[in-house]
Amino acid sequence: MTGAVASSVTAPVGTTRLTSAPAADFATHLATFGPLPTSNPAVLLSALHDSGLEGRGGGAFPAWRKLAAVPGRERARGRRVVVIGNAAEGEPLSSKDATLLTVAPHLVIDGLLAVAESLNGTATYLYVRSSVLGAVSRALGERRDARKIELREAADSFVSGEASAVVSALAGRRPVPQDRPFLLTESGLAGRPTLLHNVETLAHIALIARFGPAWFRSRGTASDPGTRLVTVTGGGRPSTVIEIGGGAGLNDVFRFAGIDPAGLSGVLVGGFHGAWVPASAGNVRLDREDLARFGATPGAGILMGQDARHCPLTVASAIATYLAGETAGQCGPCVNGLSAMASVLSRLARGERDPSLPAELRRLADLVTGRGSCHYPDGTARFVLSTLTVFDADVRAHLAGTCRKEHS
Amino acid sequence: MTAPRSLLHIDWTACDGRGLCTEILPELLARDDWGYPLARTRGAGSDVPVQERLLDAASEAVALCPRQALRLVLGT
Ligand code: SF4
Ligand code: SF4
Repeated sequence: MTGAVASSVTAPVGTTRLTSAPAADFATHLATFGPLPTSNPAVLLSALHDSGLEGRGGGAFPAWRKLAAVPGRERARGRRVVVIGNAAEGEPLSSKDATLLTVAPHLVIDGLLAVAESLNGTATYLYVRSSVLGAVSRALGERRDARKIELREAADSFVSGEASAVVSALAGRRPVPQDRPFLLTESGLAGRPTLLHNVETLAHIALIARFGPAWFRSRGTASDPGTRLVTVTGGGRPSTVIEIGGGAGLNDVFRFAGIDPAGLSGVLVGGFHGAWVPASAGNVRLDREDLARFGATPGAGILMGQDARHCPLTVASAIATYLAGETAGQCGPCVNGLSAMASVLSRLARGERDPSLPAELRRLADLVTGRGSCHYPDGTARFVLSTLTVFDADVRAHLAGTCRKEHS
Repeated sequence: MTAPRSLLHIDWTACDGRGLCTEILPELLARDDWGYPLARTRGAGSDVPVQERLLDAASEAVALCPRQALRLVLGT
């Protein structure tokens, strides 16, 4: 068991962890968090297991299980394992990964090195948006142990962060999802076992390696331990990134971000592929258990408040149209189905009083689900269905021609 | 004991939706609004369960698919 607290520094208290260093440079990083302890694979694996850390890129896959998934026999054969820190962050409502790489790049680098070291003899990549290339390359240049990390610019599209799309991009092919018969942990980049972690996940790993799983779990809830970064938008304000304890109340998070939750009719949790939580549900906790009844998960921590004065169907229709335009253009049911859904939703949003529209939307959502080479159509269908369910009163008002909300 | 399940996997990145497979395997596959194969088993998505007696026809569809978009994964 680890739990050994780095001796020269004290572990961050409160919910300000990832963002607790006063500056982004390496010296400040070391002064704040202490050096990264050398990790023994078994110790790191068990610390991650006990921490309950889940992926922060949206998939919420237990971090330890990804490590454990790299086949032991591959490692034994000395095959080079590839580890990728993923900050493609293609979701337009999210900016927490870019923010993290700007304020605490060294935690991400530490996490990447810790994972790579525990799998020994690896190739490492950081896949980041163009806006933070400078900040990350500066950070990499500040330390000798990061010389082998390859920094690559992420493609600018919604699907660019999908695991197989990242691998495809790094291999020099189109940055789109692949239909693949093997797991990436068995055969990914150049046929090597490949492990992708979201950069926030890596930053948490860097802290767990230092301060241990019990410290990690001292914030958050049992089903969402630790802290997480969230990007909050709404109320006409520019988006803000904040670090919160897992399972924080949605209304509290909005208040903390300076947005009055009383002015919202609902919150879109999880971004454009997420689901709505109606305002009537009260101060719902941002953890898996509490969100499950809405079909939502904390995902990548994306929260968009819907202004109660504005028509949610108009907003949803704009999102569906955007999503239809962002498919990777590869799979027939996805390409055709999403544009059909977007057009039906826009007819409804514009006030066409055809009572068959909601049923047609449901039929199309059902038709595209599971019928793509990635989960893009599934996420889009989930969003559309959630819109119909949570804003049922608005749907009925549109069909009756009585919606009085603002439609811009 | 449930019988081993064989699956017909559709690679949507390759399929062009002309529907040859749906003619060879009408019991398994219908066509959707745009012509793409649609599993008759609800919720099957990209991996369509194939009963034992249809395995030959499924292999034929794999061999004849002009885009090599089909793969048969035999249940073991
Ligand atoms: S399902 Fe859609 S987004 Fe995913 S690979 Fe196919 S076309 Fe692209
Ligand atoms: S035969 Fe092949 S390309 Fe044609 S519809 Fe079937 S799977 Fe698609």
